Amino acid sequence: MSILLIEQALNGVQYGVTLFLLAAGLTLIFGIMGVINLAHGSLYMIGAYAGMYAAAETGSFWLGLPVALAAAAVAGLAVEALVIRRLYNRDHLDQVLATFALILMANQAIILMFGRQPIFTRLPAGFDGSVQLLPGLAYPTYRLLIIAVGLAVAAGLWLLINRTRVGMLVRAGATNRDMVRALGVDIRLLYTVVFGLGALLAGLAGYMAGPIGAVQVGMGEQILLATFVVVVVGGVGSIRGAFVAALILGVVDTMLRAFLPTLLRQVMTPAEADQLGIGIASMGIYLLMALVLLIRPRGLFATA
Amino acid sequence: MRAVILILAAAALLALPFAAQAAGQPALITLATRIAVYAIAAASLNFILGYGGMVSFGHAAFFGLGAYTVGVMFHHAGAGPMFGLIPGTTHLLVTIPLALAVSGLAAAAIGALSLRTGGVQFIMITLAFAQMLFFLFVSLTTYGGEDGLIIRRPNEFLGLNLRDRVTMYYVALGFAAAFFLILWRIVHSSFGAVIQGIRQNERRMAALGYAPYRYKLAAFVLSGMGCGLAGALMANVLRFTSPDLMHWTKSGELIVMVILGGLGSFFGPVFGAAAFLILETYLAGWSEHWPLALGAILLVIVLFTRGGVAGLIARIGGALQR
Amino acid sequence: MKRFLAAASLLALAATGTLAEPVKIGMITTLSGPAGYLGEQVRDAFVLAIEQEGGKLGGVEVQLVVEDDGLKPPQGLQIAEKFVGDEGMKLLTGIIFSNVAGAVVPEVVAQGAIYVSPNAGPSNLAGEGCHPNYFVVSWQNDALHEASGTAARKLGYTRAVALAPNYQAGKDAIAGFAREFGGQVTEIYTQLDQTDFASEMAQIRAANPEVVFQFHPGGLGIAFLKQYQQAGLLGQIPMVLSEPSLDAVILNAVGAAAIGLKGTTHWAADFDNAASKAFVAAWQAKYGDKPLTTYAQQGWDTAQLIASALRKTGGVDDIDAFREALRAADFASTRGDFRFGPNQHPVQDWWLIEIVADANGKPQIVTREQLRDDVGDSYAAQCKM
Repeated sequence: MSILLIEQALNGVQYGVTLFLLAAGLTLIFGIMGVINLAHGSLYMIGAYAGMYAAAETGSFWLGLPVALAAAAVAGLAVEALVIRRLYNRDHLDQVLATFALILMANQAIILMFGRQPIFTRLPAGFDGSVQLLPGLAYPTYRLLIIAVGLAVAAGLWLLINRTRVGMLVRAGATNRDMVRALGVDIRLLYTVVFGLGALLAGLAGYMAGPIGAVQVGMGEQILLATFVVVVVGGVGSIRGAFVAALILGVVDTMLRAFLPTLLRQVMTPAEADQLGIGIASMGIYLLMALVLLIRPRGLFATA
Repeated sequence: MRAVILILAAAALLALPFAAQAAGQPALITLATRIAVYAIAAASLNFILGYGGMVSFGHAAFFGLGAYTVGVMFHHAGAGPMFGLIPGTTHLLVTIPLALAVSGLAAAAIGALSLRTGGVQFIMITLAFAQMLFFLFVSLTTYGGEDGLIIRRPNEFLGLNLRDRVTMYYVALGFAAAFFLILWRIVHSSFGAVIQGIRQNERRMAALGYAPYRYKLAAFVLSGMGCGLAGALMANVLRFTSPDLMHWTKSGELIVMVILGGLGSFFGPVFGAAAFLILETYLAGWSEHWPLALGAILLVIVLFTRGGVAGLIARIGGALQR
Repeated sequence: MKRFLAAASLLALAATGTLAEPVKIGMITTLSGPAGYLGEQVRDAFVLAIEQEGGKLGGVEVQLVVEDDGLKPPQGLQIAEKFVGDEGMKLLTGIIFSNVAGAVVPEVVAQGAIYVSPNAGPSNLAGEGCHPNYFVVSWQNDALHEASGTAARKLGYTRAVALAPNYQAGKDAIAGFAREFGGQVTEIYTQLDQTDFASEMAQIRAANPEVVFQFHPGGLGIAFLKQYQQAGLLGQIPMVLSEPSLDAVILNAVGAAAIGLKGTTHWAADFDNAASKAFVAAWQAKYGDKPLTTYAQQGWDTAQLIASALRKTGGVDDIDAFREALRAADFASTRGDFRFGPNQHPVQDWWLIEIVADANGKPQIVTREQLRDDVGDSYAAQCKM
């Protein structure tokens, strides 16, 4: 039982880290630019498709990685320059409509280019096995790689935000946008950088998720809601909050699914326990978000 | 001038079924019925979104609850009382008030909790509650779960045959007219003024002695009831209901209709619902890659028009008058 | 005026006995979103069948009109209204998903048109909800999973873990499997939008069953199979799946992670009969190495059934005659034995399949043995026509 508990905790962390990769970019865009970017999931999909295509053509997972990052970043910069930039002075809801339109277009463009079938993906050589972590606990190497990448990105973002000039502006922008502008900073450039960085992280998340999931049209919308939940629970604009919230949600979601029906069976009939357990587990992250927001209306780590 | 336009519009709406039949396109009637129903839902959302500044991303929940009220009542009319207590019914004059009550109560509960937050958090918490309801209905085996509930006979209403497309259209149109009349009164009442005041400056309204929370909650409940009405009508149009009606993408579509029509414009949601549904219907008939075209058109509208379709119409009208 | 002309031309036709205007067939199907490939397969096969006859089905000229329902029931209904109401179509087909069918089918049949389903066969239209104008060529939904239960039992397993998403179709899948399996079943429900199954993999390993049954359509199934392999379970605990979890598109996407799996199907591309061979050859000639799934076969068989009825009646003007002709199911199905049960759902055979590696190491479906002979579905008894 305890081995199973450790394994499930590890699974939760790994799921949380995947969520964090997506949420980090979204929370920056959200918090600093005030843009509700529904098309973040499309950037995730573009990263996955472009990278996996390159990996299939070259036969190397590692050559696909820069392609995935570049494609997502370029797509993100294009979206920012052509669409988002024109809408900064408008109502935020105009951005919702525009990014909704972008989702429709991105999905159909992928269908036109790659067809409707999900595409084949494989694990990188050397990461297709398992590692014996503890006696009785073998864990897939690739999942450990995802955890490592996620932690590295978290550390990198921490350094970027706390130790560089760009990071200082990002922090300032998240707290008080107008003040940064008043100080004569080129806020447009900052926005472009932030959006590009967010897109790049989304592409990374999509590419890393490719070998263990399905690379298919609409894959971004599947995970978009969970990502928004992470952003809001963590506190909009807070990377630290996104990290903590992603890990909490990942672990809670996994643990609920894994153990809740079993636990409930101790106190009620199996049929009732399953029914209730499954019900609560599928609502799990939404229930958690509602609870967090009722206690802390601005999320765990509100920036302002 | 305005009166003339209104009379012309009303005449056009009343004549529409005859024109559609004469043109050999009776499906237009169903499209118009759906537009009328979605216009009710979108206008309800616009009331809190455009006038009140509350961005609810969970209004499909109330739409779905309204539809399921009709569906569940039909189911129990045939299958025996609900929980052995509540008898089913197939009368529109019962199901509509019931749908209003159910969606109103749900909106009161969800609103009471959600309105403790604001901004982005409000968007997400309304979404969260809607998703919970969605998952609830997906798992309700008695009512068909994901496959949905087929309503074999539409509701009975004043001896009319709601199965007939033209009759259903006039009924939906009648409900929509009554709804917009009431909405007009509310928007232009002192209550409506307070709601708009709260959007512009919540603190000032509080200082003036209005309790913003209560006003916002009341508006939220009214808005939820409007969506419930639309849902109940939609269940009669489709003679079917499924959790799909309360999926988050449906909430998103309602928001899109509101923005597309023109935020905070009284008739904007009508234009928004019409534009969205007409585009969707005709583009899908035109090409299998219709989402690409729909996306492009929406993008052009949002980039190059301000205030959506209603804003566009107002500007064309202004240009003509000059 | 247009109406009058149409009526006049019908009279003329009746007089001469030949058809000048093609029979219009309306296809409402899902082409957008993650499930778009299902509709594409059905459509492509249907189009292929028409092309094989040079624009005809059963010697009668036909015109196919396809529209995407976007997996939205109201949109599906709107298209049906247009097809039946505006364009006067008498024959519709194409729907992939049960919830779209629930909104569209009752309306179409109520208006006197015929609907022939190439895929969805929901229970609410199979029992008391059956209708003389409603035919299902594919299968009743439950039958898919009952076959897998039979397979697991015949393979000698007694303890199973069954996994499916927590929604109606998922619960029906597990119930169907358990009904025919008869052994001990531990149920694990997943979520509808779940992409990571690591938690379930650990639970499977902890339960250590003799066999795993899982039903995850489309992308969910791809993720599940990959992660099953990555968790080291493939080859350790055997898995039996129903055909929607093992179609050729899914196999292409998961690659080696599918090799060694067992499944059940009503048809596979290696079937040894003339109709099936002709279909597979025609598909490969037109679409090359595009995956060939059971959805395509269902689209093809639907077209062949319609062709058989058109050959007898020459058109759909006499709807009663056309219905009778459909009911006879007088066509060579690619699956071999085929007839309609009392609720106009198939009575057919079910087969055990295994996924093996072909010469290039790619997964390939091989048919092993017949599991069930001439079975219909459990709802037929409730159907009163």
